[in-house]
Amino acid sequence: MKGRGLKKLALAIFAVAGVGGLVFSKAKLSKEWQDAALKTYVPPGEHDEFYAFLSGGFNGQIGVYGLPSGRLIKIVPVFSVNPENGYGYSEETKNLLMTSHGFIPWDDTHHPQLSQTNGVPDGRWIFINANNTPRIARIDLSEFRTVEIIEIPNSAGNHPSSFVTANTEYVTAATRFSIPIPQKDYPIEEYKKWAKGTITFIKVDNSEGEHNNRMSIAFQLLVPGYDYDLAHCGKGPSHGWCFFTSYNTEQAHTLLEINASQRDKDFILAVNWKRAEECIAQGKGKKMETVYYHNYIDPETGIAKSEKKTEVLVLTPKECPGVAYYLPTPKSPHGVDVTPDGKYIIGGGKLSINQPIHSFEKMIKAIQNKEFAGEIEGIPILKYESILHCEVKNLCLGPLHTEFDDKGYAYTSCFISSEVVKYDPKTCKILDRIPVYYSIGHLMIPGGDSAKPWGKYLIAMNKITKDRYLPTGPELPHAAQLIDISGEKMKMLLDFPTQGEPHYAQAIPASLVKPKVKKIYELEKNKHPHAVKTEEEAMKRGVVRKCDSNGKCEVHIYLTAIRSHFTPDNIEGVKVGDTVYFHVTNIEQDWDIPHGFAIFGAKNSNILIMPGETLTLKWTPQKPGVYPFYCTDFCSALHQEMQGYIRVSPKDADVKLCWSLGDQKRCAE
Amino acid sequence: MGDKLRPFQRLLIALASLLLLGVYFFPLWYIKLWAPQYPEWLGMFIWVNTITGENPHDLYNINILNHYIGMQEINPDIVPELKILPFIFAFFIIFGLIVAITGKKKLLKIWVWSFIIFGVLAIADFWWWEYRYGHNLDPRAPIKIPGGAYQPPLLGCKQLLNFKACSFPARGAYFAVASLILGFTAYIMDFFKKPEGRLT
Ligand SMILES: [Cu+2]
Repeated sequence: MKGRGLKKLALAIFAVAGVGGLVFSKAKLSKEWQDAALKTYVPPGEHDEFYAFLSGGFNGQIGVYGLPSGRLIKIVPVFSVNPENGYGYSEETKNLLMTSHGFIPWDDTHHPQLSQTNGVPDGRWIFINANNTPRIARIDLSEFRTVEIIEIPNSAGNHPSSFVTANTEYVTAATRFSIPIPQKDYPIEEYKKWAKGTITFIKVDNSEGEHNNRMSIAFQLLVPGYDYDLAHCGKGPSHGWCFFTSYNTEQAHTLLEINASQRDKDFILAVNWKRAEECIAQGKGKKMETVYYHNYIDPETGIAKSEKKTEVLVLTPKECPGVAYYLPTPKSPHGVDVTPDGKYIIGGGKLSINQPIHSFEKMIKAIQNKEFAGEIEGIPILKYESILHCEVKNLCLGPLHTEFDDKGYAYTSCFISSEVVKYDPKTCKILDRIPVYYSIGHLMIPGGDSAKPWGKYLIAMNKITKDRYLPTGPELPHAAQLIDISGEKMKMLLDFPTQGEPHYAQAIPASLVKPKVKKIYELEKNKHPHAVKTEEEAMKRGVVRKCDSNGKCEVHIYLTAIRSHFTPDNIEGVKVGDTVYFHVTNIEQDWDIPHGFAIFGAKNSNILIMPGETLTLKWTPQKPGVYPFYCTDFCSALHQEMQGYIRVSPKDADVKLCWSLGDQKRCAE
Repeated sequence: MGDKLRPFQRLLIALASLLLLGVYFFPLWYIKLWAPQYPEWLGMFIWVNTITGENPHDLYNINILNHYIGMQEINPDIVPELKILPFIFAFFIIFGLIVAITGKKKLLKIWVWSFIIFGVLAIADFWWWEYRYGHNLDPRAPIKIPGGAYQPPLLGCKQLLNFKACSFPARGAYFAVASLILGFTAYIMDFFKKPEGRLT
């Protein structure tokens, strides 16, 4: 009996070892994957070579990843509230999300773009668009925080955005969805009568110094009511121009998948913004009444200001000849991309199998020689043959978007054939193609849309993942694939899942960002009006209760957070019906020591306060009782002890307003 | 043989005095701390008149950490020695220059021996401060130290719980040591008199 048991055990061990062996042998990688692993493996404690910024699409944020590892490092909240750290919930950040439609907690981010100097990403800021309620945000890369958001009036579907000019003179916005300008309730079927588009140029203040009030709307160009889709601005010889693709030149207002796909060619709109500046200087712009918001963080207090604007300058092409031209481009083009030397403009004709490449030089000549095929609302249409450099024949199915490497080659993403195609934009010869899994949207090469691509890697941002990862129910992640483009042939290196839906991305060598990144906020420089910088000050200011003539009361509680307690941590005298503001200052000055703050029953979120920062959480207690608050971030060995109580009494109770810490106690007069 | 110093000896003691000016420009002692959570190290400099962090907030952060074991706050304002020390060094500078000017052997002897005694006392005092910081721990502190003592080393490195604490003289101290060596050299030159002195 015993012997048989042992035998069974031995057999079992043998079987387990066998399975282990199978698993182990599966883990033995082919030569190809071993090479790929060596190229993407970043050992523990070492840093990635590039920062990559992927838009989050419907999560409204930006994901920060390291390349080549594909590791997700951070999600920067931009247009969506983020209960994880209180973004959009704290009294300080709420105003960033104010619009002419009120507070909006969500949006759809598409196209991040790094600030540039001489056409090269400089690592100061990254911009990104909100597609749904048109806005542009600026994220400061010394903090990886959204510091400014400007709303775009006279716009809908802010998709061809946020592309910058070569010295970040402007950042662009435009209308994917045409609307009545100004808005009015026209019958929808009268689309052709009311549909208008705008191309918006937002001036950027590039001056040095710590101020966040940098974006202002310079002007809006009123354009025909097509769907403007994507953009990129010129550089080198084409500096001074920006290019916008359009589709639905059929001007359909229903069943666009059929009705907007009828024409053989749609347009790329070429806008000469230097010419627009001239016209505006000559007073040709018209002031138009409208409403939009401009929000930015005051760097001294950390509090977002929200300014309501009521006027915008509008320019029409008819009154400013030479400001805009249409370049015929097959067929419902998506991306429009300018080669690093600024000489060629590639339109991603998503329903065409041939990729047209326009020549900027030819475009200028055609304008000079007036080689026009017509005119729409003051915008001349250039002849296709006059501006075409070449068509890359049989490129692929569903070409969407193109970026460039450091050797001058172009790479186009093809949604339908699910591949990336490499070709030479000068000779228009196809050089290589690689399948991607599955259905690529945009692609990205570090600096690949700038005057100086760093090359080396390409990431494909794929819309469908299906069987690529462990299944997670019907809702699956989107994903990126890293491809080595350093050699003649493209080589697949790595798959990594992404957050939300990355539409477009940017990447920059880490060395251009890392040295500027802040570790803490200087407590000394904190000018928040509710900041308390020492525990003595917190005990002194303590709790203030103010009531108005209607008996409505506000309570301001001043707290410090330091390892491992709040000061004060016992508070009494708050009443049901009071609106309570917890102003918490993290008085640490040590790297990576945030403190969190959460209070029982709060209907908003927690707040995560960085060293030297003050954040405010609003709380409206509903019932009498004793409620705990605590630190939500595991800050220290005694984090679990970092807690306190607030006593809430009935409205008519006679409880004195007092606060204490240990044996120190104070009460209000 | 008179009671006057030779010119070379006077030059040495003058140099020794001037070298002491270095203690006003460089820290005397350097204490640094490493822990798994502080790969970048925390550092603290002891100057002739103050204590500072190596980086802007290091001292503040060291104090935050020390409160867990109930160590007193390191506050340069409550250390009387830091008020006196600048004057002691000033005394040695001026006294040394007087020695050089007057060239009196007796004064040099006093300078050297008082400097040596001062040095020994200063190091003993430093150790005494470390002892008091390491032993006067608040009994109500959340972390109780095994053995009840958490004394940083006088010289070299020592593991204290999760921290590796290292203590070394810094540049200011090297100036002081160099000064003493020069002064001492001038002093002992009298014991190795030149042969021609014997001949006369
Ligand atoms: Cu905490």
